[in-house]
This record gives sequence, structure tokens and C-alpha cells, in this order.
Amino acid sequence: MSTTLLLIQLLNGLQLGVLLFLIAAGLTLVFGVMGFINLAHGVQYMVGAYLAVAFYGVTEHFLAAMVLALLAALAIGLALEFLVFRRLYHRDHLDQVLATFGVILFLNQAAKTIFGPTPLILPTPEWLDGSFLLVEGLLYPWYRIAVIVAGLAVAALLYVLVRHTKVGMLVRAGAANPQMVSALGVDIERLFMIVFGFGAMLAGFAGVLAAPIFSVEPGMGDDLLIVAFVVIIIGGIGSIKGAFIAALLVGLVDTLGRTLATDAMKLFFDVSSANQIGPALASMLIYILMAAVLFFRPTGLFPAKGMA
Amino acid sequence: MKDALEQATSGGGKVSRDWGAIAPAVLVFALLALGPLAAEAYGGAYLTSLLMRMMLLAIAAISLDLLIGQGGMVSFGHAAFIGLGAYVAGIMITEGAADLAMILPMAIVASTVFAVVTGAISLRTSGVYFIMITLAFGQMLFFTASSLSAYGGDDGLTLWERSTVFGFDLLSSNVTLYYLILVTLIGAYALVGALVGSRFGRVLRAAKENPTRVEALGFSVFSYRLTAYVIAGVMAGVAGVLMANQAEFVSPSTLAWQRSGELIIMVVLGGMGLRNGALLGAVALVALEETLSSITHDWRLIFGPLLVLTVLYAKTGLAGVADAWVARLWRRA
Repeated sequence: MSTTLLLIQLLNGLQLGVLLFLIAAGLTLVFGVMGFINLAHGVQYMVGAYLAVAFYGVTEHFLAAMVLALLAALAIGLALEFLVFRRLYHRDHLDQVLATFGVILFLNQAAKTIFGPTPLILPTPEWLDGSFLLVEGLLYPWYRIAVIVAGLAVAALLYVLVRHTKVGMLVRAGAANPQMVSALGVDIERLFMIVFGFGAMLAGFAGVLAAPIFSVEPGMGDDLLIVAFVVIIIGGIGSIKGAFIAALLVGLVDTLGRTLATDAMKLFFDVSSANQIGPALASMLIYILMAAVLFFRPTGLFPAKGMA
Repeated sequence: MKDALEQATSGGGKVSRDWGAIAPAVLVFALLALGPLAAEAYGGAYLTSLLMRMMLLAIAAISLDLLIGQGGMVSFGHAAFIGLGAYVAGIMITEGAADLAMILPMAIVASTVFAVVTGAISLRTSGVYFIMITLAFGQMLFFTASSLSAYGGDDGLTLWERSTVFGFDLLSSNVTLYYLILVTLIGAYALVGALVGSRFGRVLRAAKENPTRVEALGFSVFSYRLTAYVIAGVMAGVAGVLMANQAEFVSPSTLAWQRSGELIIMVVLGGMGLRNGALLGAVALVALEETLSSITHDWRLIFGPLLVLTVLYAKTGLAGVADAWVARLWRRA
């Protein structure tokens, strides 16, 4: 294991962590503020990616496609909130899981029916195309650096919004004690809608950013959704700070685990067993991390709910 | 009407001794018993294998309802137990130990160990955290299965023969396997019914309503819940053994998280905690999927919204509706 490879994997891990944060941020707020389990949040990520591809086909311009995709993702998120999710806030968690599962099935199939089952690709914008010399003899693509920077910028923006604006204060208060916020005369329904639309847009943004790196295909959000849930559970439901730290942690653990696990296993087992155990262990690592966190802290690292 | 309401809400106890309460299930079992005959007439082997799959999923759903409906433990990793049973069967058949007399005890031991270890950790948490930690354990098993390169890895494992029963080659015939599965299903239904009606079931339900009070009465809520978790796990494991034999194929998709989600849908669609809920839910879901997918390739476009509408407007589940019908017939008779 050379330092160069380690450096690359660190950057890749950071990039995954940033994407995860963009998805997890909306998920944790919706979950924390409204007590609403939205399995369909991963589909918003897919929707963002498909919209970017579709709008790129029309505009042939990356940034224009991104802006249009974000607006459309916001509109779709708000439409879903209005049509379905609004009726589920006061229902049992199980009902929420079920109904949002139905939404996943529908949107995944709709993507397949409209765009076809073959993966699509969104080209990288020319001004970010190309690579730079990371260290001697090793190129790293500019676009991936841009993803990390964009993600961190959104994280900073979110921090300011949540910490230093009135809406942010209400959101924080809502995550800690929604009944009290409602009793104090805040229109909690409207707050829910804002949080929901914003979360959907963030997930869509993650989808747009990911589109040039991963292939755009139906169901692309499903596995990422599960990982995003792992992130918000580790971070503590309702906590943006927790989501940020846990997202980077999960991104790094997953990426580094995949490169290091096999080598680490070679210390304990012979080569052929290590080659088998290594990849399995690497895929499991984040779940082991989550189980361990829950074992020691049953409500995550930074629980937003006070004593309750 | 008051009587019907009582039946629909009490979810066990004296209801389990009432013939009216199990009438829908008896009807389903009777129809299922005719399955191979119907397959002779039309549908053939396809219908038999569809019905077998339906019954196996029903066993798993019934066991899951013991957790969700009775214990309030929403496990999002129940498919892991099906997969565990299926892989024990698959691996042992591949290694030449194909007899059910060896496979079943092994699968039961494996499910018990997995349930005790993961249950003991998961039950430290509750609510949403319980949902997610059971999911995590399910995923761990999923990735373990995908990495078993000696047994097919991602691609899965094709079985070249089915299990023998005490040395006799009984299960190579679809009809014998069919009735073995049906008997297992009836057994699972009866077992959960008996548990629900017993003191054990009452403690479990009471702990769902108010764990602190049950604890104060001197019961160890944790041990009761863990016991239920193990029983449900073993039942799903047994279903897995039979599923491997039925499909003659085992793959990681047996224990994918979507499968666990499907089991939850069955339980909720059928009516949580109701005597016939999980059974009717499983039958209805498999039948619905089958019908829709025969109409159009894009059947999920219909199924998805249908699921949403069911959740929004049909709150008691299918078994609630069935119970009301039975109660009406009963009074008229």
C-alpha cells in the first residue's frame, strides 16, 4: 500500500462522504423534524440525475442543465409532498415505510419506462474536463475535486442557514420538540413543506453531481438510500452536524475499507482466504460501524432530541 | 357489531379458539390443498411453483407478524433468516449432506445462533433504531452470502438435486414437496396462533403497549422479546430450507433488503397482529404481483400507487375486512 494510493482513496472517500451528506442532510431533517421515514428519498437522487441528463440533452450546457434539474427536482419533491407524504406525517412509521416504498417502485419503474433500462451518462463539463498532477506520476480528475468542493460549500451554506437564520432556528426547534414549536404558533405544516422541498432538492443536487461519475440507471438511489440511513443513524436523527460527521466517516471507512481490508486480512489468514474474507468484510464495515455505534450509543452520536 | 369489533381489535386470546376467527385461513388452506389438481388442469408446473413460493413467503410473513403485530418489533432484516436457511440447505446439498434430517437441525441451530446474537444487540434499541439495526444485520449477511465464491458468490448457487427425507427421495416430486410446504404453513399458522393465545403472547402484547409496566410486574421484557425473535427467526429459517429445495437455486437476492421490505408489506397489507393478517397479505401480494405482471411489463407503475392508496385508505388490512365479513355471515346463520 503506497502513500499515493492511500491519498487517492482518501479523496475518493471524501467525495463519497460529501455525496452521502447531501442525501443524508434532507433525510435527517425530514426524519428529525417530522418523524417521517422517507424511503423515497433515494429516488430523489435518481430523479436529479435523470433530470440533469434530460435537460443536458436539450440545453447542451452543464450548468444550465443543473439549475433546471434542481428546480424540477424541487417541484417533484413538493408535488410528492402535496399528493402523498402530507397525509402520512401523523401515521405510524410502518405506514410511512410502506407508502414510500410504493413511491420508490413507481418512480424506479417510471424512469425505466421513460429512459430505458440501459445506463445513461452525463458528460463532464469541458471546463472541468481533464486532470491534474496530484503527486509525481499520478493524475486526479478536476471534476472529482469540484464535487468535493461543491459538497463542502453546500455543507457550509447549510450550517449558516440552520444556525443563523430564523427558518433554521425553527427547524432546529422542530427537530427537538415539534409539539412545542407548533404550540408557539408556528405554521408547522409550512415548515414541513419547506424542509421537505429543500431536502428533495439537496438529494437531487447529489444526483446531478454524481451523474458524470456513476452511471445513471433505474434503482441507482436504492442502495445509496440504505447507506444514507446508516449515516443518519450513526450521526443521530435530526442532527445536521451528526449527518456531516457521520457521512464523511462512512465515506472514508467504506472507501478505505475496500482497499485495505484484503491486505489487513492477509495478516491473519492465508492469501486465498484473505481474498475471500476481505471484500466481504469491506462491504460489511459500515454496517458493523453502525451496529457498534448503536450498541454503545443507542440514539447515535449527536442525538437532536433532548432528553426524550 | 360490537362482537366483530372485539374480534378485529383483540388480535388473539379467546378469538383463537373461535371457529369464525380462523374461517378465512381454513378456506385458504382448502383452496391451496387443491393447488396441484388445478395445476393438472391448467397452469401446469408454473402454477405449482408459484403457489409454493406464495406459501413459503406466507410462512415467513406469519413469523414476522409475531414480531411486528404482537411484539411491536419492526424487523427490517427478516429475509436474512430465509437466506440463512436457504444457504444452509444449498451448501449442505452441494457438499453431499442432502438429507433433510441433517439440514433442518443445522438450519435451526444456525437461525437460533444468529437470532440470539443479533437479537440481543438489536433489542437494546427501540423504534426507528430497531428498524435500522435489524436492517444492518440483514445487510451483513447479504454481503457474506455475496462473497461466498465457493458457493456461487453474487451469481448464486444452482442445486443439482433436492433434499432426501431419511434417505428416501420424496421431494424430487413437486407434489410431495408441495404438500410438505402446505403442512409446514398450517403448522406455522397454528404455532403462532397458539403462542398468541398463550401467556407468552399476552406478555408480549402487554410489553408492546407498556414495557415499563410489564417490567414492574416482574417480567423480563427483554427475554420475552428475544424468545419471540428467536422463534420467528427459526420459522423463517425453515421456510428458507424449503425455498432452496423448491427453487433448486440459492442467491444473495433471497436476503436482499427489498425482500425484507416485501415481507413487511405482506404483514401490513394483511393487517398487523390479526389472526389471518400475514397469511392473507402474503397470498394477496403474490397473487397481485403475478396478475399485474401478466397484464403489463411495467406493472410496478400500477402496483406502486396501489400500495400508496392501500396505506392511505385501507387502514385495517385485508384480515380486518375478512373478519368483518365472517362476523356478518355468522350473525345471519
